[in-house]
Amino acid sequence: MEKKFDVNVNPRKRPFSMQLDLSKFEPASDAEKAQQDRMKPSTTFFKDGIKRLSSNVIAMICFAVIVVIALMAIIIPEVWPYHYEEQLGLGDKWGSVDATYKNLKPFQYGQTELDKIAAGEEVFPHVFGTDSLGRDYFARVIFGARVSLAIGLFASLIVLVIGMIYGSISGYAGGKVDLVMMRIVDIIYSLPDMLMIILLATVLNASGLKDAIMGTVLADIGINMLSIFIVFGLLYWVGMARLIRGQVLSIKQQEYVLAAQSVGASTGRIIKKHLLPNCMSVIIISTALQIPSAIFTESFLSFLGLGVEAPMPSLGSLASEALGGINSFAYLLWFPALTIFLIVLSFNLFGNGLRDAFDPKLRN
Amino acid sequence: MSILEVRDLHTSFFTKAGEVKAVNGVSFDVDRGKVLGIVGESGSGKSVTAYSILQILTYPGKIVSGSVKLHGEELVGCSEDTIRKVRGNRISIIFQDPMTSLNPVYTVGNQLMEAIMLHTDRDKDEAFDRAVEMLDLVGINEPHKRVKQYPYELSGGMRQRVMIAMALACEPDILIADEPTTALDVTIQAQILELMQKLQRELGMAIIMITHDLGVIASMCDDVIVMYAGKVCEKGTADDIFYSPKHEYTKGLIKSIPYGSKKKGKLIPIAGSPVDVLNLPSGCAFSPRCNCAMKVCLDTPPIRNNFSPTHYASCWQSTYEAIKKGDVTLEQVQEELNSEECRQADSPFEGGEADE
Amino acid sequence: MGSKLLKYILKRFILMIVTIWLIITITFFVMQATPGGPFNSEKAISEEQMAAMEAKFGLDKPLMQQYGIYLLNVVQLEFGSSIKMRGRTVIEIIGDGFKTSGKIGLIAAVLAIVSGVFFGALAAVNRGRWGDKIIQVLSTAFVATPSFIISTILLLIFCVQWQVFPANGQTAAGLILPIFTLSLYPMAYITRLERSSLLDVLGQDYIRTARAKGVSKKKVLFKHALKNALIPVITYAGPMVAYIVTGSLVVEKIFGVAGLGDKLINGITARDYPVIMGLTIFLAVLIVVATFICDMLYKVVDPRIEFK
Repeated sequence: MEKKFDVNVNPRKRPFSMQLDLSKFEPASDAEKAQQDRMKPSTTFFKDGIKRLSSNVIAMICFAVIVVIALMAIIIPEVWPYHYEEQLGLGDKWGSVDATYKNLKPFQYGQTELDKIAAGEEVFPHVFGTDSLGRDYFARVIFGARVSLAIGLFASLIVLVIGMIYGSISGYAGGKVDLVMMRIVDIIYSLPDMLMIILLATVLNASGLKDAIMGTVLADIGINMLSIFIVFGLLYWVGMARLIRGQVLSIKQQEYVLAAQSVGASTGRIIKKHLLPNCMSVIIISTALQIPSAIFTESFLSFLGLGVEAPMPSLGSLASEALGGINSFAYLLWFPALTIFLIVLSFNLFGNGLRDAFDPKLRN
Repeated sequence: MSILEVRDLHTSFFTKAGEVKAVNGVSFDVDRGKVLGIVGESGSGKSVTAYSILQILTYPGKIVSGSVKLHGEELVGCSEDTIRKVRGNRISIIFQDPMTSLNPVYTVGNQLMEAIMLHTDRDKDEAFDRAVEMLDLVGINEPHKRVKQYPYELSGGMRQRVMIAMALACEPDILIADEPTTALDVTIQAQILELMQKLQRELGMAIIMITHDLGVIASMCDDVIVMYAGKVCEKGTADDIFYSPKHEYTKGLIKSIPYGSKKKGKLIPIAGSPVDVLNLPSGCAFSPRCNCAMKVCLDTPPIRNNFSPTHYASCWQSTYEAIKKGDVTLEQVQEELNSEECRQADSPFEGGEADE
Repeated sequence: MGSKLLKYILKRFILMIVTIWLIITITFFVMQATPGGPFNSEKAISEEQMAAMEAKFGLDKPLMQQYGIYLLNVVQLEFGSSIKMRGRTVIEIIGDGFKTSGKIGLIAAVLAIVSGVFFGALAAVNRGRWGDKIIQVLSTAFVATPSFIISTILLLIFCVQWQVFPANGQTAAGLILPIFTLSLYPMAYITRLERSSLLDVLGQDYIRTARAKGVSKKKVLFKHALKNALIPVITYAGPMVAYIVTGSLVVEKIFGVAGLGDKLINGITARDYPVIMGLTIFLAVLIVVATFICDMLYKVVDPRIEFK
């Protein structure tokens, strides 16, 4: 665009400028008009949401962090040269006990390994050092992340399934059934969850359940982790149930559902086309936000000694084990603490991003 | 004589998605004791114009350029104290939705007295008496009881009366009414309009009536501005607008008024929906919806055509007719277009726009 | 309106009583389900003690009768004696611990609310600027870190490295850090809550009305916006009490404060069932009652609330 022009020059000769002639005053065709029509392009709800989400930088970074941590937690324990339970220096091929493996700082080596290195062998470094029993700490932290993520995921799934079934029955049935079901939810909701969890976990720990599951698959999971799941299944579903019920109720009354009914759409179609897609975003968002809260709860229980069973590590139990030697071996706390922090923060921020992108109520 | 002069006002909202030019070069005058109507559909920039005058835009809105003069005193860029002494004192405003316009946690009296004590020397008791007096003036029964009530205890019409009382408490020169009846029942609408007319006669203030209801305009206004996509497309007296509308958009608006039993015949709606303000067409903003759109309308912004000292419209149709009649030549139009283009290119805030 | 309010209060009160009853009942049956029952600890108790307990709790009677006796005892605040701490009744232990914990909790709550509201408002009025960003990052970080990790880090920095505060929570100076730690999470939460709530309120029509009247920016914020923006914070007060109660378990343990949380943890580690039962019931009832009071307060503050 020109910034200056000379008034004395015939305007017709100036380049780039609009040139008027009478042909310009012919009626425009519809096609020409349509070209000028700068309406917002219409997109589907889902596409629009994905677009919003992918333009949210923080949410995408958090998503990447979650994916990276999850992949590491899945793959690394399988390929890492050290096992999380393996006490290095115990029963190695020399048959002697090497006590120098205990409490190694990051990238330090035990005496046996130093000998090997001196002999020209390659030794895989202890990236995070070792703990007080001479176990490779990186293997433990990564496996702990796997356990914590698994707990978060399964606990959220339990909450989701129970809450969804209960909430949708209550919302769909309505009337007296709804009233009674919601009173029950009200009462469970007002129970102080943490205290109840402590109580249940304490008792489940001491109960005969341990013998009952001996030898089954459940034994591998461990009694403590099982009690965490039971506790979640008993107490934590109420929030989700309320949410789903509210969603079902409000969607039931929406004009578009009435409209669909009035043109004779079947119940199945209404559920498939209207209820489910509209509940979906709420369900996904609150599940994403449930995962960090489950990881939190597990780490809290680990601190109380009610978390996963030794020698299996979780991030919470690693951090609380590290408290004992905190003065001399602070790095033992930092690694699991930072991992919890990263996971919880990423899930929280990603969940918020999801909510901003997909929650129809927040759109303007 | 005019008490308020608005010149080439530009107000934009700087959103994440881009700059939204809500008000894009609006100019008008408000005369003492007259009623100026601003019509236009939702999103045409009527309300933002009003908020810009009082500088009560919300984040991320900002006045980009232009001038607003009250009694010759420039308000754009003035100090916070200056504009505060104007708000509610010399220019007052009432809003569209009375249900949400009053603070729910304070009594009606408290909010009325706040406005009174801000701009006058009255003490608490005098302000209270004045509040009761104002409630009485706007036709609220039992004002002594109402003054102690919370907004949620009043009906919508009643709350709008409170809003009017609050706006008039300091006897302003200008009252801006931003769609004051849109959110109300039809019967209440008539009452509120009647009240405003009565008060205008009694107190002699000027009113800027913002509405999308041409009926309201016809019954109340002396002058009318028609806005579309942040620009004034036609301005004139009420008679000019209703009896000889020039802009295609104005014509469309008038054709879409239901005339009751007076006239038979079809209502003709304006096709299409309002433009996407983030992405305005390069020519006349109305052209994609205009039945008489010409090629020129699509790529060149229209120039102003004056029909009388009070009446003008920015529409290529009028220009074309003038050319056909021989009132202007193509060269003159071209000249004007170039000077307009040059002015736009020189102003910093329009910089990159002309590339389109 | 008055009768509606009364009806609402009554309804909430009944819900509270049912909840408390449920807590007591759950506690009883859960403890019954533990192997050997709460009073037959594998650790030796003297014969006389055992006999006294049996008489008090009617352990030889059928289950439902035991439950009845238990309910009656709990209502009279009779939780029995600690198994591990000889000669101390549970109610004594509660009274003892509550003196410290109550004080810490109350100060932490006040600190959390005051500074949370302050920082939240500060962030909201500086929206998009550096101050807002720093406050947002910090509050998000604190919400995402388990309290025992924050406690340990603070202990490490202030007590071990710099030695500003004693690491032992028995003295008054030693209580500063536990109080601060305890208030961090609710403070961060309230900051976020207050920020978004204030931003929401600042976008409301009545704020525009106030500005259009010529009210100064400061007064718009303090008189018109803040009061409305505080309402959501009140709804968080209930969950905050719950957080502070459970948070005190961790904080008291780490900082060595002899409060209720510390006693409950010791009880759990030592499987001291009467202590666990008594403390759980006491703390749970505390939370439920606090939530009830907050709910009532919420209705009083906001005149718009409809009573369903």
